[in-house]
Amino acid sequence: MENNIYDVIIIGGGPGGYTAALYAARANLSTLVIEKMAPGGQMATTDIVENYPGFVDGINGFELGMQMKKGAERFGVKSKMAEVKSVELSANPKVVKTAKDTFEAKTVILALGASPRELGLENERNLRGRGVSYCATCDGMFYRDKTVVIVGGGNTAVADAIFLAKICKKVYLVHRRDELRASKTYMEALENAENIEFVWSSEVVEIMAEQMVTGVKVKSRKDDSVREIACDGVFVAIGNVPNTDLIKGQVELDEAGYVAADETTKTNIPGVFAVGDMRQKPLRQIVTAVADGAVASKYAEEFIDL
Amino acid sequence: MMIVTNKNFQEEVVESKVPVLVDFYAEWCMPCKMFGPILESAAEDFEGKMKIVKINIDESPELAQKYFVMSIPTLKLFNGSEEAKATFVGSMSGEELEEWVASQGIK
Repeated sequence: MENNIYDVIIIGGGPGGYTAALYAARANLSTLVIEKMAPGGQMATTDIVENYPGFVDGINGFELGMQMKKGAERFGVKSKMAEVKSVELSANPKVVKTAKDTFEAKTVILALGASPRELGLENERNLRGRGVSYCATCDGMFYRDKTVVIVGGGNTAVADAIFLAKICKKVYLVHRRDELRASKTYMEALENAENIEFVWSSEVVEIMAEQMVTGVKVKSRKDDSVREIACDGVFVAIGNVPNTDLIKGQVELDEAGYVAADETTKTNIPGVFAVGDMRQKPLRQIVTAVADGAVASKYAEEFIDL
Repeated sequence: MMIVTNKNFQEEVVESKVPVLVDFYAEWCMPCKMFGPILESAAEDFEGKMKIVKINIDESPELAQKYFVMSIPTLKLFNGSEEAKATFVGSMSGEELEEWVASQGIK
């Protein structure tokens, strides 16, 4: 039935996905967003977003996600809460399957986002919730007056360090390099925190634990020496990995695992676009994700008109 | 969803006639907020077979401590005992939740 074929199916309800939906719906395209968790994606786990323009006092990430969803639905976008299990992107029409339903569309916009990168240590997953965390704002409160190790040297790691330094007795920041990659805006707060100790040019090679985490073994990248740091928690902030499992083997990825799509957001498959954090790009931010969403909807419209 | 505290934990969770899924959460936890609607809808799906309740870790720190909750959201499944039968740390999709609960023998 013709009616069952959407013009656009968007997989992922973060800022990229819902902006694509907003623009597509305003171009009179029938649009479905399928999101497995809740609108907002990674943005929704941020307490205060301070670099999305238009909000003098910043805005709660979850709230912003809800607003983006409502803003798109106002123009007729449909939302479905389900996990997409498989896609047939080269088919005509394209097929998107969840556990319970099968949907068809003329175009698909992939907005799958990214997830925190794991250290890759043997007992890491088992210790999640027993001292290992990927979200300082979520779990920081459990470590009041305790000692924690943060792994990483980018903006997330540094923001976590500043946040945790206010709660914890002592914060170690373990970084592979001998300098930080974080923005200058963080530096003052970082220097003012007296309970942060830097462990430069080092990698965490082992998490020590009994029932809970008891410490980490840290190896120097300079002389291979290993030292133990006793701690109650380990916060991992070493960047993200794109969520591409669903589309592997269909959509072309670059060497780092991101979707090989340029500023047009066009993938190697006609009528399939990739937006936001999963696409190769120099800066992964809410503003760049929403920009991608607008661009993708323009090319989706163009593809349908052909 | 019912919020359980130290006062009624024994009655509502341990002595419940059906298995109970407990969601440890806090108001300031964004992933918990995201997980909320999924649990709400699961609570309807499982009505009669399993009960889903929430524990606010700020209001009931002794329960969070007792069950070694160090990350939220954390789910714990109770089945007629003070000891949790299973634990899941983090949030998940509705389908994943269904599969996880099924893997614990609740369908």
